[in-house]
Amino acid sequence: MNAPARPEVAPWKLAMTLAVAGALAGLLLVFVDQVTRPKIEAHRRATLKDAVKEVLAIDPDAGDGSRIVSVRVDDAGLELEPEAQYEVDASTIDRVFLGYDASGAVRGFAIVHQQMGFQDVIRLIFGYDPRTETVLAMRVLESRETPGLGDKIEKDAAWVAMFDDVKAPIVAVKSGERSAPDEVDTITGATISAKGVIDIVNAALARQELAKRLAQWLQEAGQ
Amino acid sequence: MNDATPAPAAPAAPVFLRGIWRENPVLIHMLGLCPALAVTNTVANSLAMGIATFFVLCGSSFLVSLLKRFIPHEIRISTYILIIATFVTVADMSLAAFTPGLHKALGAYIALIVVNCMILGRQEAFASKQSVGRSMLDAVGTGFGFIIALVMMGAVREVLGSGTFLGFSVFGDNFEPWVVMVLPPGGFLTLGFWLLGLSWWTERKKQRAAAEGGAS
Repeated sequence: MNAPARPEVAPWKLAMTLAVAGALAGLLLVFVDQVTRPKIEAHRRATLKDAVKEVLAIDPDAGDGSRIVSVRVDDAGLELEPEAQYEVDASTIDRVFLGYDASGAVRGFAIVHQQMGFQDVIRLIFGYDPRTETVLAMRVLESRETPGLGDKIEKDAAWVAMFDDVKAPIVAVKSGERSAPDEVDTITGATISAKGVIDIVNAALARQELAKRLAQWLQEAGQ
Repeated sequence: MNDATPAPAAPAAPVFLRGIWRENPVLIHMLGLCPALAVTNTVANSLAMGIATFFVLCGSSFLVSLLKRFIPHEIRISTYILIIATFVTVADMSLAAFTPGLHKALGAYIALIVVNCMILGRQEAFASKQSVGRSMLDAVGTGFGFIIALVMMGAVREVLGSGTFLGFSVFGDNFEPWVVMVLPPGGFLTLGFWLLGLSWWTERKKQRAAAEGGAS
Protein backbone atom coordinates (compact mmCIF):
# COMPACT_ATOMS: atom_id res chain seq x y z
CA MET A 1 0.00 0.00 0.00
CA ASN A 2 1.24 3.48 -0.84
CA ALA A 3 0.13 5.25 2.29
CA PRO A 4 1.14 8.92 2.20
CA ALA A 5 4.20 9.61 4.36
CA ARG A 6 3.60 7.41 7.39
CA PRO A 7 5.61 8.67 10.39
CA GLU A 8 8.38 6.24 11.22
CA VAL A 9 7.93 4.29 14.45
CA ALA A 10 10.99 3.63 16.59
CA PRO A 11 12.14 -0.01 16.39
CA TRP A 12 12.01 -0.48 20.16
CA LYS A 13 8.36 0.55 20.06
CA LEU A 14 7.62 -2.13 17.48
CA ALA A 15 9.41 -4.73 19.55
CA MET A 16 7.57 -3.60 22.67
CA THR A 17 4.19 -3.84 20.96
CA LEU A 18 4.91 -7.37 19.80
CA ALA A 19 6.26 -8.36 23.20
CA VAL A 20 3.19 -7.03 25.02
CA ALA A 21 0.85 -8.68 22.53
CA GLY A 22 2.76 -11.97 22.88
CA ALA A 23 2.65 -11.80 26.66
CA LEU A 24 -1.11 -11.16 26.68
CA ALA A 25 -1.70 -14.01 24.24
CA GLY A 26 0.43 -16.28 26.41
CA LEU A 27 -1.51 -15.37 29.53
CA LEU A 28 -4.83 -16.12 27.84
CA LEU A 29 -3.55 -19.48 26.61
CA VAL A 30 -2.30 -20.45 30.06
CA PHE A 31 -5.75 -19.72 31.44
CA VAL A 32 -7.56 -21.72 28.72
CA ASP A 33 -5.07 -24.56 29.12
CA GLN A 34 -5.80 -24.79 32.84
CA VAL A 35 -9.51 -25.05 32.15
CA THR A 36 -9.28 -27.62 29.34
CA ARG A 37 -6.31 -29.80 30.33
CA PRO A 38 -8.03 -31.82 33.08
CA LYS A 39 -10.92 -32.56 30.73
CA ILE A 40 -8.63 -33.62 27.88
CA GLU A 41 -6.61 -35.91 30.15
CA ALA A 42 -9.68 -37.39 31.79
CA HIS A 43 -11.07 -38.20 28.38
CA ARG A 44 -7.82 -39.83 27.30
CA ARG A 45 -7.75 -42.01 30.40
CA ALA A 46 -11.41 -42.96 30.01
CA THR A 47 -10.86 -43.93 26.36
CA LEU A 48 -7.89 -46.10 27.26
CA LYS A 49 -9.74 -47.75 30.13
CA ASP A 50 -12.69 -48.57 27.86
CA ALA A 51 -10.32 -50.12 25.32
CA VAL A 52 -8.63 -52.25 28.02
CA LYS A 53 -12.03 -53.47 29.21
CA GLU A 54 -13.00 -54.32 25.64
CA VAL A 55 -9.95 -56.37 24.66
CA LEU A 56 -9.96 -58.26 27.96
CA ALA A 57 -13.76 -58.70 27.79
CA ILE A 58 -14.25 -57.78 31.44
CA ASP A 59 -16.03 -54.86 33.06
CA PRO A 60 -14.87 -54.04 36.60
CA ASP A 61 -17.27 -51.10 36.74
CA ALA A 62 -20.19 -53.52 36.55
CA GLY A 63 -19.26 -54.70 40.05
CA ASP A 64 -19.04 -58.40 39.15
CA GLY A 65 -15.72 -58.85 40.95
CA SER A 66 -13.51 -58.54 37.89
CA ARG A 67 -10.69 -56.04 38.14
CA ILE A 68 -7.89 -54.40 36.19
CA VAL A 69 -4.46 -53.46 37.54
CA SER A 70 -1.62 -51.70 35.78
CA VAL A 71 1.92 -53.03 35.61
CA ARG A 72 4.88 -50.73 35.03
CA VAL A 73 7.38 -52.07 32.49
CA ASP A 74 10.98 -50.92 32.31
CA ASP A 75 14.46 -52.32 31.81
CA ALA A 76 14.70 -53.40 35.45
CA GLY A 77 11.56 -55.48 35.32
CA LEU A 78 7.83 -55.44 35.83
CA GLU A 79 6.23 -53.81 38.81
CA LEU A 80 2.64 -53.91 39.95
CA GLU A 81 1.26 -50.46 40.65
CA PRO A 82 -0.83 -49.84 43.76
CA GLU A 83 -3.50 -48.12 41.71
CA ALA A 84 -4.28 -48.61 38.03
CA GLN A 85 -2.79 -45.76 35.94
CA TYR A 86 -4.35 -45.29 32.53
CA GLU A 87 -1.42 -43.60 30.83
CA VAL A 88 0.92 -45.32 28.36
CA ASP A 89 3.74 -44.48 26.03
CA ALA A 90 2.62 -46.56 23.07
CA SER A 91 5.99 -46.66 21.30
CA THR A 92 8.06 -47.87 24.25
CA ILE A 93 5.27 -49.81 26.05
CA ASP A 94 6.07 -48.49 29.53
CA ARG A 95 2.91 -49.93 31.05
CA VAL A 96 0.62 -52.92 30.51
CA PHE A 97 -2.70 -53.79 32.09
CA LEU A 98 -3.54 -57.05 33.80
CA GLY A 99 -7.15 -58.16 34.02
CA TYR A 100 -8.81 -60.66 36.35
CA ASP A 101 -12.24 -62.04 35.54
CA ALA A 102 -15.18 -62.30 37.94
CA SER A 103 -13.84 -65.50 39.54
CA GLY A 104 -10.48 -63.85 40.27
CA ALA A 105 -8.57 -65.83 37.62
CA VAL A 106 -6.10 -64.06 35.32
CA ARG A 107 -7.75 -63.11 32.02
CA GLY A 108 -4.64 -61.66 30.41
CA PHE A 109 -2.66 -58.52 29.68
CA ALA A 110 -3.75 -55.56 27.58
CA ILE A 111 -0.87 -54.05 25.62
CA VAL A 112 -0.85 -50.77 23.67
CA HIS A 113 1.64 -50.34 20.85
CA GLN A 114 2.07 -48.16 17.77
CA GLN A 115 4.07 -48.30 14.57
CA MET A 116 3.93 -46.99 11.04
CA GLY A 117 1.07 -48.29 8.92
CA PHE A 118 0.41 -47.36 5.28
CA GLN A 119 -0.39 -43.64 5.62
CA ASP A 120 0.45 -42.81 9.20
CA VAL A 121 1.14 -44.36 12.58
CA ILE A 122 -1.36 -47.01 13.66
CA ARG A 123 -1.96 -47.27 17.39
CA LEU A 124 -3.70 -50.35 18.70
CA ILE A 125 -4.42 -52.30 21.85
CA PHE A 126 -4.64 -56.06 22.19
CA GLY A 127 -5.32 -58.58 24.91
CA TYR A 128 -2.70 -61.30 25.41
CA ASP A 129 -2.55 -64.39 27.58
CA PRO A 130 1.12 -65.36 28.10
CA ARG A 131 0.23 -68.79 29.56
CA THR A 132 -1.27 -69.96 26.27
CA GLU A 133 0.63 -67.44 24.09
CA THR A 134 -2.68 -66.34 22.64
CA VAL A 135 -3.91 -62.94 21.50
CA LEU A 136 -7.37 -62.48 23.02
CA ALA A 137 -8.66 -59.58 20.92
CA MET A 138 -7.38 -56.52 19.05
CA ARG A 139 -8.78 -53.01 18.60
CA VAL A 140 -7.26 -50.15 16.58
CA LEU A 141 -7.14 -47.00 18.69
CA GLU A 142 -5.89 -44.55 16.11
CA SER A 143 -5.23 -44.74 12.40
CA ARG A 144 -5.42 -42.64 9.27
CA GLU A 145 -5.52 -45.42 6.70
CA THR A 146 -7.30 -44.95 3.36
CA PRO A 147 -11.07 -44.69 3.83
CA GLY A 148 -12.84 -47.62 2.22
CA LEU A 149 -9.68 -49.74 1.96
CA GLY A 150 -7.13 -49.42 4.77
CA ASP A 151 -9.69 -48.35 7.34
CA LYS A 152 -11.10 -51.89 7.22
CA ILE A 153 -8.51 -52.66 9.89
CA GLU A 154 -10.87 -50.69 12.13
CA LYS A 155 -14.27 -50.98 10.48
CA ASP A 156 -14.39 -54.53 9.12
CA ALA A 157 -15.76 -56.41 12.15
CA ALA A 158 -15.11 -59.81 10.57
CA TRP A 159 -11.44 -59.02 10.06
CA VAL A 160 -11.01 -57.56 13.55
CA ALA A 161 -12.60 -60.73 14.95
CA MET A 162 -9.80 -62.84 13.38
CA PHE A 163 -7.59 -61.65 16.22
CA ASP A 164 -9.83 -63.31 18.78
CA ASP A 165 -7.89 -66.24 20.26
CA VAL A 166 -5.15 -66.34 17.66
CA LYS A 167 -1.77 -67.84 18.54
CA ALA A 168 1.18 -65.45 18.74
CA PRO A 169 3.40 -64.65 16.92
CA ILE A 170 0.84 -64.13 14.19
CA VAL A 171 1.53 -65.16 10.61
CA ALA A 172 -0.03 -63.06 7.84
CA VAL A 173 -1.56 -65.07 5.01
CA LYS A 174 -3.40 -64.13 1.81
CA SER A 175 -7.01 -63.13 2.16
CA GLY A 176 -9.22 -66.20 2.61
CA GLU A 177 -6.34 -68.66 3.14
CA ARG A 178 -6.41 -68.81 6.91
CA SER A 179 -6.01 -72.40 8.06
CA ALA A 180 -3.80 -72.56 11.18
CA PRO A 181 -4.52 -71.15 14.66
CA ASP A 182 -1.65 -68.68 14.33
CA GLU A 183 -2.76 -67.19 11.00
CA VAL A 184 -4.65 -64.03 10.18
CA ASP A 185 -5.77 -63.02 6.67
CA THR A 186 -4.55 -59.83 5.08
CA ILE A 187 -7.13 -57.59 3.41
CA THR A 188 -7.38 -57.42 -0.38
CA GLY A 189 -6.53 -53.87 -1.45
CA ALA A 190 -5.14 -53.04 1.98
CA THR A 191 -2.33 -55.55 2.40
CA ILE A 192 0.09 -53.06 3.90
CA SER A 193 -2.41 -51.77 6.48
CA ALA A 194 -3.41 -55.29 7.48
CA LYS A 195 0.18 -56.52 7.64
CA GLY A 196 1.00 -53.38 9.61
CA VAL A 197 -1.51 -54.32 12.29
CA ILE A 198 -0.18 -57.89 12.50
CA ASP A 199 3.39 -56.60 12.66
CA ILE A 200 2.53 -54.20 15.48
CA VAL A 201 1.10 -57.03 17.60
CA ASN A 202 4.16 -59.22 16.94
CA ALA A 203 6.57 -56.33 17.50
CA ALA A 204 4.94 -55.47 20.83
CA LEU A 205 5.34 -59.04 22.08
CA ALA A 206 8.91 -59.26 20.80
CA ARG A 207 9.95 -55.86 22.13
CA GLN A 208 12.59 -56.53 24.82
CA GLU A 209 11.11 -60.05 25.01
CA LEU A 210 7.91 -58.66 26.50
CA ALA A 211 5.92 -61.88 25.98
CA LYS A 212 8.56 -63.93 27.80
CA ARG A 213 8.84 -61.43 30.63
CA LEU A 214 5.07 -61.31 31.10
CA ALA A 215 4.90 -65.11 31.30
CA GLN A 216 7.78 -65.22 33.78
CA TRP A 217 6.31 -62.46 35.90
CA LEU A 218 2.95 -64.20 36.08
CA GLN A 219 4.65 -67.47 37.10
CA GLU A 220 6.68 -65.77 39.80
CA ALA A 221 3.52 -64.15 41.11
CA GLY A 222 2.16 -67.69 41.37
CA GLN A 223 -0.81 -67.23 39.07
CA MET B 1 -9.45 -7.36 -2.40
CA ASN B 2 -12.45 -5.49 -3.71
CA ASP B 3 -12.95 -3.49 -0.58
CA ALA B 4 -9.43 -2.23 -0.01
CA THR B 5 -10.72 1.33 -0.03
CA PRO B 6 -12.96 1.89 2.99
CA ALA B 7 -16.45 3.19 2.32
CA PRO B 8 -17.50 4.48 5.73
CA ALA B 9 -20.98 5.54 4.64
CA ALA B 10 -22.06 2.17 3.19
CA PRO B 11 -25.11 0.69 4.95
CA ALA B 12 -24.65 -2.22 7.34
CA ALA B 13 -26.81 -4.88 5.67
CA PRO B 14 -24.62 -5.32 2.56
CA VAL B 15 -21.55 -5.65 4.77
CA PHE B 16 -23.19 -8.59 6.48
CA LEU B 17 -24.82 -10.20 3.43
CA ARG B 18 -21.90 -9.77 1.06
CA GLY B 19 -19.73 -12.42 2.69
CA ILE B 20 -22.53 -14.98 2.85
CA TRP B 21 -23.11 -15.32 -0.85
CA ARG B 22 -22.16 -12.63 -3.35
CA GLU B 23 -18.58 -12.55 -2.10
CA ASN B 24 -18.49 -15.98 -0.52
CA PRO B 25 -14.91 -16.58 0.67
CA VAL B 26 -14.63 -20.09 -0.77
CA LEU B 27 -16.92 -20.08 -3.81
CA ILE B 28 -16.17 -16.58 -5.11
CA HIS B 29 -12.91 -15.37 -3.56
CA MET B 30 -11.37 -18.87 -3.52
CA LEU B 31 -9.88 -18.27 -0.10
CA GLY B 32 -9.54 -20.92 2.58
CA LEU B 33 -9.52 -23.72 0.03
CA CYS B 34 -7.19 -25.93 2.07
CA PRO B 35 -9.76 -26.75 4.79
CA ALA B 36 -12.55 -26.66 2.20
CA LEU B 37 -10.85 -29.52 0.36
CA ALA B 38 -9.26 -31.37 3.25
CA VAL B 39 -11.90 -31.87 5.93
CA THR B 40 -15.20 -31.77 4.06
CA ASN B 41 -15.56 -35.54 3.70
CA THR B 42 -18.51 -35.53 6.10
CA VAL B 43 -21.14 -32.94 6.99
CA ALA B 44 -20.23 -33.12 10.68
CA ASN B 45 -16.55 -32.39 9.97
CA SER B 46 -17.49 -29.53 7.64
CA LEU B 47 -19.75 -28.00 10.27
CA ALA B 48 -17.14 -28.33 13.01
CA MET B 49 -14.41 -26.81 10.85
CA GLY B 50 -16.80 -24.05 9.75
CA ILE B 51 -17.80 -23.21 13.31
CA ALA B 52 -14.21 -23.25 14.58
CA THR B 53 -13.14 -20.94 11.75
CA PHE B 54 -16.19 -18.73 12.40
CA PHE B 55 -15.14 -18.36 16.02
CA VAL B 56 -11.54 -17.54 15.12
CA LEU B 57 -12.62 -15.04 12.45
CA CYS B 58 -15.06 -13.20 14.74
CA GLY B 59 -12.62 -13.09 17.65
CA SER B 60 -9.74 -11.88 15.47
CA SER B 61 -11.84 -9.26 13.68
CA PHE B 62 -13.12 -7.95 16.98
CA LEU B 63 -9.65 -7.61 18.49
CA VAL B 64 -8.01 -6.24 15.36
CA SER B 65 -10.64 -3.54 14.83
CA LEU B 66 -10.60 -2.72 18.53
CA LEU B 67 -6.82 -2.42 18.72
CA LYS B 68 -6.16 -1.06 15.23
CA ARG B 69 -4.95 2.31 16.58
CA PHE B 70 -2.31 0.61 18.74
CA ILE B 71 -0.91 -1.69 16.06
CA PRO B 72 1.95 -0.03 14.18
CA HIS B 73 1.71 -0.41 10.42
CA GLU B 74 5.12 -2.11 10.12
CA ILE B 75 4.23 -5.09 12.29
CA ARG B 76 0.51 -5.34 11.57
CA ILE B 77 0.71 -8.71 9.81
CA SER B 78 2.72 -10.34 12.60
CA THR B 79 0.31 -8.91 15.17
CA TYR B 80 -2.71 -10.20 13.24
CA ILE B 81 -1.12 -13.63 13.00
CA LEU B 82 -0.42 -13.56 16.73
CA ILE B 83 -4.06 -12.72 17.47
CA ILE B 84 -5.35 -15.34 15.03
CA ALA B 85 -2.99 -18.01 16.37
CA THR B 86 -4.17 -17.32 19.92
CA PHE B 87 -7.80 -17.82 18.98
CA VAL B 88 -6.94 -20.94 17.00
CA THR B 89 -5.15 -22.43 20.00
CA VAL B 90 -8.16 -21.64 22.18
CA ALA B 91 -10.44 -23.33 19.63
CA ASP B 92 -8.08 -26.32 19.41
CA MET B 93 -7.99 -26.83 23.18
CA SER B 94 -11.75 -26.33 23.56
CA LEU B 95 -12.57 -28.84 20.82
CA ALA B 96 -10.19 -31.37 22.38
CA ALA B 97 -11.79 -30.88 25.79
CA PHE B 98 -15.47 -30.77 24.87
CA THR B 99 -15.82 -32.67 21.58
CA PRO B 100 -12.90 -35.14 21.47
CA GLY B 101 -14.42 -37.12 18.58
CA LEU B 102 -14.54 -34.11 16.29
CA HIS B 103 -11.11 -33.01 17.40
CA LYS B 104 -9.73 -36.38 16.38
CA ALA B 105 -11.50 -36.26 13.01
CA LEU B 106 -10.23 -32.78 12.16
CA GLY B 107 -6.70 -33.54 13.34
CA ALA B 108 -3.99 -31.13 12.26
CA TYR B 109 -6.40 -29.00 10.26
CA ILE B 110 -7.59 -27.12 13.34
CA ALA B 111 -4.10 -25.78 13.96
CA LEU B 112 -3.91 -24.91 10.27
CA ILE B 113 -6.79 -22.41 10.63
CA VAL B 114 -3.95 -20.01 11.49
CA VAL B 115 -2.86 -19.97 7.87
CA ASN B 116 -6.37 -19.71 6.44
CA CYS B 117 -5.86 -16.67 4.23
CA MET B 118 -9.55 -15.84 4.40
CA ILE B 119 -9.09 -14.81 8.04
CA LEU B 120 -5.93 -12.79 7.50
CA GLY B 121 -7.55 -11.29 4.40
CA ARG B 122 -10.53 -9.98 6.35
CA GLN B 123 -8.21 -8.43 8.95
CA GLU B 124 -6.03 -6.69 6.39
CA ALA B 125 -8.85 -5.65 4.05
CA PHE B 126 -11.60 -4.79 6.50
CA ALA B 127 -11.17 -5.08 10.26
CA SER B 128 -8.01 -2.96 10.35
CA LYS B 129 -9.84 -0.04 8.73
CA GLN B 130 -13.38 -0.22 10.07
CA SER B 131 -15.27 0.22 13.31
CA VAL B 132 -15.73 -2.70 15.70
CA GLY B 133 -19.43 -3.06 14.86
CA ARG B 134 -18.94 -3.17 11.11
CA SER B 135 -15.98 -5.53 11.43
CA MET B 136 -18.11 -7.91 13.46
CA LEU B 137 -20.89 -7.77 10.85
CA ASP B 138 -18.34 -8.50 8.17
CA ALA B 139 -16.78 -11.35 10.19
CA VAL B 140 -20.13 -12.94 10.98
CA GLY B 141 -21.23 -12.68 7.35
CA THR B 142 -17.98 -14.09 5.98
CA GLY B 143 -17.95 -16.78 8.65
CA PHE B 144 -21.46 -17.90 7.73
CA GLY B 145 -20.46 -17.88 4.08
CA PHE B 146 -17.55 -20.16 4.92
CA ILE B 147 -19.79 -22.54 6.88
CA ILE B 148 -22.30 -22.63 4.01
CA ALA B 149 -19.60 -23.38 1.44
CA LEU B 150 -18.08 -26.14 3.60
CA VAL B 151 -21.43 -27.77 4.25
CA MET B 152 -22.24 -27.64 0.52
CA MET B 153 -19.01 -29.55 -0.09
CA GLY B 154 -19.51 -31.91 2.83
CA ALA B 155 -23.10 -32.75 1.92
CA VAL B 156 -22.21 -33.85 -1.62
CA ARG B 157 -19.14 -35.78 -0.52
CA GLU B 158 -20.77 -37.58 2.39
CA VAL B 159 -23.94 -38.51 0.50
CA LEU B 160 -22.05 -39.89 -2.51
CA GLY B 161 -18.94 -41.14 -0.72
CA SER B 162 -20.51 -42.84 2.28
CA GLY B 163 -24.21 -42.95 1.39
CA THR B 164 -25.08 -41.07 4.58
CA PHE B 165 -26.02 -37.56 5.66
CA LEU B 166 -24.81 -36.52 9.12
CA GLY B 167 -24.32 -40.23 9.76
CA PHE B 168 -27.85 -41.28 8.79
CA SER B 169 -28.19 -43.66 5.87
CA VAL B 170 -29.71 -42.01 2.79
CA PHE B 171 -29.87 -44.71 0.14
CA GLY B 172 -30.25 -47.89 2.18
CA ASP B 173 -27.95 -50.90 2.18
CA ASN B 174 -27.82 -51.51 -1.56
CA PHE B 175 -25.94 -48.32 -2.28
CA GLU B 176 -22.29 -48.85 -3.16
CA PRO B 177 -20.48 -45.74 -1.88
CA TRP B 178 -18.28 -43.79 -4.31
CA VAL B 179 -15.25 -44.05 -2.07
CA VAL B 180 -13.31 -41.57 -4.22
CA MET B 181 -15.62 -38.80 -3.02
CA VAL B 182 -14.35 -38.99 0.58
CA LEU B 183 -10.74 -39.19 -0.62
CA PRO B 184 -8.78 -36.07 -1.63
CA PRO B 185 -9.68 -36.29 -5.36
CA GLY B 186 -13.35 -36.14 -4.38
CA GLY B 187 -12.71 -32.79 -2.73
CA PHE B 188 -11.31 -31.31 -5.92
CA LEU B 189 -14.09 -32.86 -8.04
CA THR B 190 -16.83 -31.57 -5.75
CA LEU B 191 -15.37 -28.06 -5.57
CA GLY B 192 -14.92 -28.04 -9.34
CA PHE B 193 -18.52 -29.05 -10.00
CA TRP B 194 -19.89 -26.55 -7.49
CA LEU B 195 -17.86 -23.73 -9.08
CA LEU B 196 -18.94 -24.84 -12.55
CA GLY B 197 -22.60 -24.96 -11.57
CA LEU B 198 -22.52 -21.64 -9.78
CA SER B 199 -20.77 -19.76 -12.57
CA TRP B 200 -23.13 -21.31 -15.12
CA TRP B 201 -26.04 -20.07 -13.05
CA THR B 202 -24.54 -16.59 -12.65
CA GLU B 203 -23.77 -16.39 -16.34
CA ARG B 204 -27.28 -17.41 -17.29
CA LYS B 205 -28.75 -14.79 -14.97
CA LYS B 206 -26.53 -12.16 -16.53
CA GLN B 207 -27.51 -13.18 -20.06
CA ARG B 208 -31.20 -13.08 -19.19
CA ALA B 209 -30.82 -9.65 -17.66
CA ALA B 210 -28.98 -8.50 -20.78
CA ALA B 211 -31.65 -9.98 -23.07
CA GLU B 212 -34.41 -8.31 -21.12
CA GLY B 213 -32.51 -5.03 -21.15
CA GLY B 214 -32.04 -5.31 -24.92
CA ALA B 215 -35.72 -6.13 -25.52
CA SER B 216 -37.14 -3.20 -23.64
